[in-house]
Amino acid sequence: MAARNRAKLPYLLVLPAVTLLALFVVAPGVYALVLSFQARKVVGGLLGGGSKLVFVGLDNYGLALADPELWSSIARMLLVALLFIPATVGFALLFALLLDVPRVKLARSTRLAIFLPYAVPGVIASLMWGFMYLPATSPIGGDHVDFFGSTTVFFSVANVAVWGSVGFNMIVIFTALRALPSELYEAARIDGCSELRMALRIKVPLVLPAIAMCTLFTALASLQLFNEPNTLRPLSNAISSTWVPLMKIYQDAFVDSDVNKAAATSVLFVIAALAVSFVASRTVSRVNR
Amino acid sequence: MRSQWRLAGAFVAGALLVTGCGGGGGSDQQAAGGKVDLTFWDWDPNMDKVVDIWNQAHPDIHVTLSNPAGGDQLVSKMITAHEAGNGPDIAKVEYQSLPALVAKGVVADITQYTGDAAKDFDATTLKATKFEDKVYGVPQDVAPLMLFYRTDIFDQNGLKVPTTWDEFKQTAQQLHDKAPSVAMTNFDAADPGWITGLMQQGGADWWSASGTTWKVAINSAQSKKVADYWQGLVTAGTVAKNPSFSPQWNKQMNEGQLATWISGAWAPAQLGGIAPNTKGKWAVAPLPAWTAGDKTTGIWGGSATTVTADSKHAAQAAQFAAWLNTDDKAVTAQIQNINVYPAATSGRSLPILSSPPAFFPNQANYYDLVKQAAPSSRSFSMWGPNVTVTFSGYTDKFGAALQNNTSFSTALDDIQNATVADMKKLGFTVS
Repeated sequence: MAARNRAKLPYLLVLPAVTLLALFVVAPGVYALVLSFQARKVVGGLLGGGSKLVFVGLDNYGLALADPELWSSIARMLLVALLFIPATVGFALLFALLLDVPRVKLARSTRLAIFLPYAVPGVIASLMWGFMYLPATSPIGGDHVDFFGSTTVFFSVANVAVWGSVGFNMIVIFTALRALPSELYEAARIDGCSELRMALRIKVPLVLPAIAMCTLFTALASLQLFNEPNTLRPLSNAISSTWVPLMKIYQDAFVDSDVNKAAATSVLFVIAALAVSFVASRTVSRVNR
Repeated sequence: MRSQWRLAGAFVAGALLVTGCGGGGGSDQQAAGGKVDLTFWDWDPNMDKVVDIWNQAHPDIHVTLSNPAGGDQLVSKMITAHEAGNGPDIAKVEYQSLPALVAKGVVADITQYTGDAAKDFDATTLKATKFEDKVYGVPQDVAPLMLFYRTDIFDQNGLKVPTTWDEFKQTAQQLHDKAPSVAMTNFDAADPGWITGLMQQGGADWWSASGTTWKVAINSAQSKKVADYWQGLVTAGTVAKNPSFSPQWNKQMNEGQLATWISGAWAPAQLGGIAPNTKGKWAVAPLPAWTAGDKTTGIWGGSATTVTADSKHAAQAAQFAAWLNTDDKAVTAQIQNINVYPAATSGRSLPILSSPPAFFPNQANYYDLVKQAAPSSRSFSMWGPNVTVTFSGYTDKFGAALQNNTSFSTALDDIQNATVADMKKLGFTVS
């Protein structure tokens, strides 16, 4: 009896997680899938006389894929990602390596200072940076540099995202560095290796799995880019309401009130995101081997 | 072991509780003793003071005021709340959004409750809330588009208040020559309210209907005339390009870097929050005309108080909507606290209108000027059933045109196409 009860225990322990997943991921996902095959049509008369949901098959998917604005939003997201991913991983690695140098002063407080922006919610960070960018309120020369120019806006958005995510990735890489056996460093020092060569030849290759994981996280984060551009949007003309794919979906669903097309776009987007993370995680595990 | 199962049960119950909590609106709560509780969504500053008057006089019908968002954002919230079945009982809706909300079945037909109240409005005003002979809201205010200008900046630079758009252009150039850091005004691509008002003045008719067929004319010659005029000012650099109601704009308004604001009669109450340092420095003038002497103007906003289709107490809600906009005490309180120019005919002869808004102590005849402008304000024949698509198109297309110095005319074409495509997709008949 006791043995049988013990066999149930694992199920019991995963129950909360499974319940939450079912309620907040699977159920809404299925609902979105259902919505994506429907469309709202007015009944008749000048003002429609109310509306009804009809089954339209794959029409919403066709509309979503044929929408040039979706493709432009993907292009803009890729441009930001192109700046965001290397900058985040690069700075995270740089800071982690610098903090790992022996006899570095104020290591603890510096680490905290670099990590702190990660604790600031994205919307707050974007608002703060928004004020720093705007000419009328800028303390960083916004009256000389146009932070909301057609090209500079990509850097401005990427900067907010980088600022917010370097800290977390730095901690991941730093932890990996700390886990390396210290005999390696002693042996290298005895052989007369400088700190710089040690970082490049020993530390970087050994923490490559951590770097690969950070790259994967950052790539997934850039697919979900929303808070930063959406919060900066009302401040200038540079960011449209469909600037990145998630903003496009939000716009379709809640401003243009076409929940069905938004659902179809979401489904497509999830498939694309799953494909990207599958390929990326395969690459990561190959690096790890 | 039993206790483990009980624990699991608690987890599931907890999860259900968390998900269940979001539902349930305030509309179906009827307390003991027949007391009715109504919720009212409105973004007017100081509306709480007006609602207090109602609550004191009506112990049986309690109205709870809430301000979840303003303008277009509130429309989105109303649609979402309607789909979730937890909308408010009463909501403030701008005239341009009302047909869209009627088309979606969000607001209720209140013809049967507003027979008396409707008599207090002239036909032009009531047209904005009455479609196919059904009343969908009680008009709150009308807001003819006017020219608000900084008297101090005009005096310092020896400028005369422009009465035609030609003069406006010349004045903008003179100001630019004398004080390069001050712009005449800003071309706002964020809020479509002011530009649709200018389009109305210019003779455009974006939506009209015959029978059950819609005609959409957003890119008409009249619209393009207005768009080209403003493109000229933007290109000349005499008008700033940044959006209104942003931190940048607030600072420019407060520090006197913008000399005029084309806005509705409700502007004084807003200016108090936007540019507190400029009290007594503003004055209002009629909107410049396309041909000298023509008094035609457009409107920016103007709202109605509506009852939602979800309300369980439509009769009481309609009673409040009628009281708010036709009762002398309520309208007086609105003029005093919110600076509305009332829609009701009786409201327009209230004694309170002889004193200027608190932020404009220098202009004693403020409401006289508004009163003179109101009868010649022209709106579109109808507002379309999908204005949100048109308006988001305006924000994006004109924003991009300003950013990339491309044509405003082409932007109008794009908005026209997006609007017609969406109407056809929804199943409306468009000629």
